[in-house]
Amino acid sequence: MATQNSLAHGRCVADSLLLRRMKPPRIVLTGIGLTSPNGNTLSEYRQNLLNGVSGIELIEVRYMGAQPAGVCHFDPLKYQKKKDVRIGTRAGSISIFCAREALADCGLDWDRVDKTRVGIYLGITEHGNVETENEIYNLSLFKHDTRFWTHHHNPRTVANNPAGEVSLNLGITGPAYTLGAACAAGNLGIIHAAQMLQLGEVDLALAGGVSESVGTFGIFAAFKSQGALASHPDPTKASRPFDKKRNGIVVSEGGCIYTMERRDDALARGARIYGEVGGYCVNSDATDYVLPNAVRQAECIRKAIAHAGLTPAEIDIVNTHATATPQGDIQECLAIGEVFAGCADVNINNTKSFIGHCMGAAGALELAGNLPSFDDLIVHPTINVDELDPQCALSGLVLNQPRTAKRVDAILNNSFGMLGINSALIIIRHRT
Amino acid sequence: MTKDECKQLVLSIIADIAPDEDLSNVKPDVRLREQLQLDSMDFLDIVMELRKRHGIEVPEAEYIQLASLDSCAEYLTPKFNALAGQS
Repeated sequence: MATQNSLAHGRCVADSLLLRRMKPPRIVLTGIGLTSPNGNTLSEYRQNLLNGVSGIELIEVRYMGAQPAGVCHFDPLKYQKKKDVRIGTRAGSISIFCAREALADCGLDWDRVDKTRVGIYLGITEHGNVETENEIYNLSLFKHDTRFWTHHHNPRTVANNPAGEVSLNLGITGPAYTLGAACAAGNLGIIHAAQMLQLGEVDLALAGGVSESVGTFGIFAAFKSQGALASHPDPTKASRPFDKKRNGIVVSEGGCIYTMERRDDALARGARIYGEVGGYCVNSDATDYVLPNAVRQAECIRKAIAHAGLTPAEIDIVNTHATATPQGDIQECLAIGEVFAGCADVNINNTKSFIGHCMGAAGALELAGNLPSFDDLIVHPTINVDELDPQCALSGLVLNQPRTAKRVDAILNNSFGMLGINSALIIIRHRT
Repeated sequence: MTKDECKQLVLSIIADIAPDEDLSNVKPDVRLREQLQLDSMDFLDIVMELRKRHGIEVPEAEYIQLASLDSCAEYLTPKFNALAGQS
């Protein structure tokens, strides 16, 4: 038995070495579909990021009253029947809208695509809170008699619901599932898709992240109990990462889905390429349920840069995760300050200051807001910084006004989440 | 409640369950599934709405009674009237 195990182990090592020597296929982003609190297309979203337009408004949250939040104002009926909207979930509608928009954007002849070779990989922070809360509220109207509990509850709340609804809507029969990775999930969807494409599991991926979290009072209330829910008389100023008077997170919904392909396939069909997956890293703090860990974040960023074959000085934009919690922003700034010490030309920004925290969508959506920088060299700012917190005073911060960069060839996108999950994704300019 | 009133009531529930359907020409004597895009889950929704909105219980063995508008009216009208008599 020991000999068999040794042989098996030896074979695994050999396989692993062989895999490392093989150059994996390059993966590119060829289409973008999104819905954000301040835009339902990439151009609208980007323009608002450059013009300093916030998408945060006041909404009524069950049991809590008016709260600042980011709501997406897209039309679900553009791609769904009324009945499907009724039966499905908000996350499902967001996913379908983004997936359809991405497919329309990528230029593929969808009717000729082999649906068995398409994968759907969507990051989610959580799923099912909205539907469960609604159903418990409904049940309370009937003296908690469970005969009034809907039979739709299970298909609505299974974790794969958002990806499954896309599969149903588009007739995709390849793998369709979600990746639960707290607020790092948007990056995880893209990273996982890149890996599946490199492994040859699929030929086309619909990947990114989604969130419907404004529909759940529980997320608002939990952040409030934690002392981490933003409040401000003007909702458009409530999300203020790095500002001295920041006081927490603005909860938002959103979605962003990319079409991703192997570079050779994309080039062969003459696709427009938004960017190429340069490198990435996912790691864990293993230190706390909610408190971030700057050491592990820095380690994650460094490993992603190494994976991309770059040095910190070759990163042109760092899109921060910062959520405007007093401690979280400082920890991330410590990590970034350590990795990018001496990198005079790096530009550091934050998208949550415009759209709040889109949770599972955050990584994918915030990345999308920065991809046009490859073309126009403009870096969108972090808004609402009236008085920069000295503990967040990184030298490359782009504050309140856009900045034209000397060069934009590599964008680093940070997304971190509860239970200590960190992700850093690098997208590089595509060169033929 | 008359049978026609009962049919209108069932149609108003179906309008919410199947909002994409045109209900202006539903034939009362034809099975609902033959003229509308309704599946078994939709019939569960109809049963649920009868329970929620009107306190009407339809046991599983009697779901077949909801096949057409006519059969709905035959089956549900006495239930509605019995409930009205209780109140």
